[in-house]
Amino acid sequence: MINRATFVFGALLLVLLPLSLLAGRVWIDPFASSGGPANATLILMELRLPRAVLAVIVGAGLGAAGAAMQGYLRNPLADPGLFGIAPMAALGAVASFWFAAVLPGAIAAWALPAFALIGAGLAMALLALIAGRSASDGAGGAGGGIALFTLAGLMIASLAGALTAFAITTAPNAFAMSEIVMWLNGALTDRSWREVWIAAPLVALGIIALLMAGRSLNALTLGEDVARSLGVSPTRLLWLLVVGVGLCVGAGVAVAGIIGFVGLIVPHLVRPFTDRLPASLILPSALAGACLVLFADSAVRILPLVTELRLGIALSLIGAPFFLWLLLRMRAGRL
Amino acid sequence: MLAADNLALMRGHKMVLELVSIKLEPGQITTICGPNGAGKSSLLLGLAGLLNPAVGEVSLEGKKLSGLEPRKRAQHLGYLPQSGDVAWDVAVEALVALGRLPHGDLGWDAIEAAISALSLDELRHRRVSNLSGGERARVLLARVLAGEPQWILADEPLAALDLAHQLALASHFKACARKGQGVVLVLHDLALAMNHSDRVLVLKDGRLIADGAPQDALSQKMIATAWGVKGQWIGEEGARALVVS
Repeated sequence: MINRATFVFGALLLVLLPLSLLAGRVWIDPFASSGGPANATLILMELRLPRAVLAVIVGAGLGAAGAAMQGYLRNPLADPGLFGIAPMAALGAVASFWFAAVLPGAIAAWALPAFALIGAGLAMALLALIAGRSASDGAGGAGGGIALFTLAGLMIASLAGALTAFAITTAPNAFAMSEIVMWLNGALTDRSWREVWIAAPLVALGIIALLMAGRSLNALTLGEDVARSLGVSPTRLLWLLVVGVGLCVGAGVAVAGIIGFVGLIVPHLVRPFTDRLPASLILPSALAGACLVLFADSAVRILPLVTELRLGIALSLIGAPFFLWLLLRMRAGRL
Repeated sequence: MLAADNLALMRGHKMVLELVSIKLEPGQITTICGPNGAGKSSLLLGLAGLLNPAVGEVSLEGKKLSGLEPRKRAQHLGYLPQSGDVAWDVAVEALVALGRLPHGDLGWDAIEAAISALSLDELRHRRVSNLSGGERARVLLARVLAGEPQWILADEPLAALDLAHQLALASHFKACARKGQGVVLVLHDLALAMNHSDRVLVLKDGRLIADGAPQDALSQKMIATAWGVKGQWIGEEGARALVVS
């Protein structure tokens, strides 16, 4: 589990984290004798540190979920988005914009993450319901197994997408509509320690569930029948995946909105440093995901644009060409 | 002993095997033959505990397979599927080591033994994508052997191989049987079944229609009944060929 890749990306994270704290509209010079800008401590402790920690948490969850999903679907082009958990979490968050007006202030502040987590939970429950029917341990593939499950995830995703679009087009006012659209393009701007405390335990639990699935994912390398012949229980594996991906992605969306492509890209960065078995990828992918989101979030902060580029958009701008490159490489038989 | 008692298997809503009762002995190569769709692969999956019986029971040393914990079952029954599908481009050694999963330990002795039994020492660091068909077949069998199962159940293990590799792999199965492991193969090629089996089961339309020594179970009459062709065996025992007219 702890391999060369874990050290490589762990070390990279240790370098990136302090650098990210210094970078931003106001550059903080750690060696300045006067202590830099007057409010440097405030900027560091209340703005940049929670933001950086949150980037690490969200990225770690997305990276680990991506590695596990690619292992589960035996496909290097798989993404945690395929389970439909992120769109459902987003739908939950969008719904909270509707209720924000009628809820008392103290509760309204918690409404968004809570609704997003309820959305993710709903997606997980739906998946588990479908899974319970499809992944019987002795069915010999008669239930359709993983393929059916993936289609179910896509169905949930497109349903959530349609409902989200409906919510946007029927938003109570133009301000709410722009809020929703802005939020859907994930970002870590103006986040506080509160979001860190929401996401950290959930993502940690999610990564633990995915690590527990590691050996079974390795067995899947040789196909579903062989995995079962090696003693893997498809039902247990599915539960670990649904819970693990659900917590990692759901918590990420709840605090940062939709941040795509991290789960797709990161396992590919990690794979060359490992024996290429899925279990060897999960922990390093968590670290590499943390590095990627932290790096991207620092980059959008220092880019000289009028308004800050949304993190979700920035990662999609990196991710889409990367995906194309993967496809071409795959066609050339080099993947 | 691996036994099926009145075993019937369903796939979806289709009955693929009807009330088959057999008792298989270790230390032998038992081959399952039959025309396409006869239920050969299903019977193998059933014997491996990977397809739940619709009726009847499969038992290992008198214990019902369905009552065994999946990991316990996996320690005794090694299954080699027809497709040599490997999702990730791993090195030979890592692939063979996957066979140890049911034991929960790495068991390097067993991995080394499997690697050397199939003469894979020189290939151990090579990636799966760089192997020839014959090498790949050996690696996949080594994965099964690394688990040290009492029973090896292989679906068409010789199908995609050229003649020399077919013979080499067949001799590996013989070596396993000599060491006391039970070997159950599904084979399409009747000459291979005739020459390399101790016992042959012939299935047709989900029913067991012959069970015995190869020369009895694959007699000319039985070939006509099961496959609907007129065939004649020529050559010496152990090196027979089937001429179909």
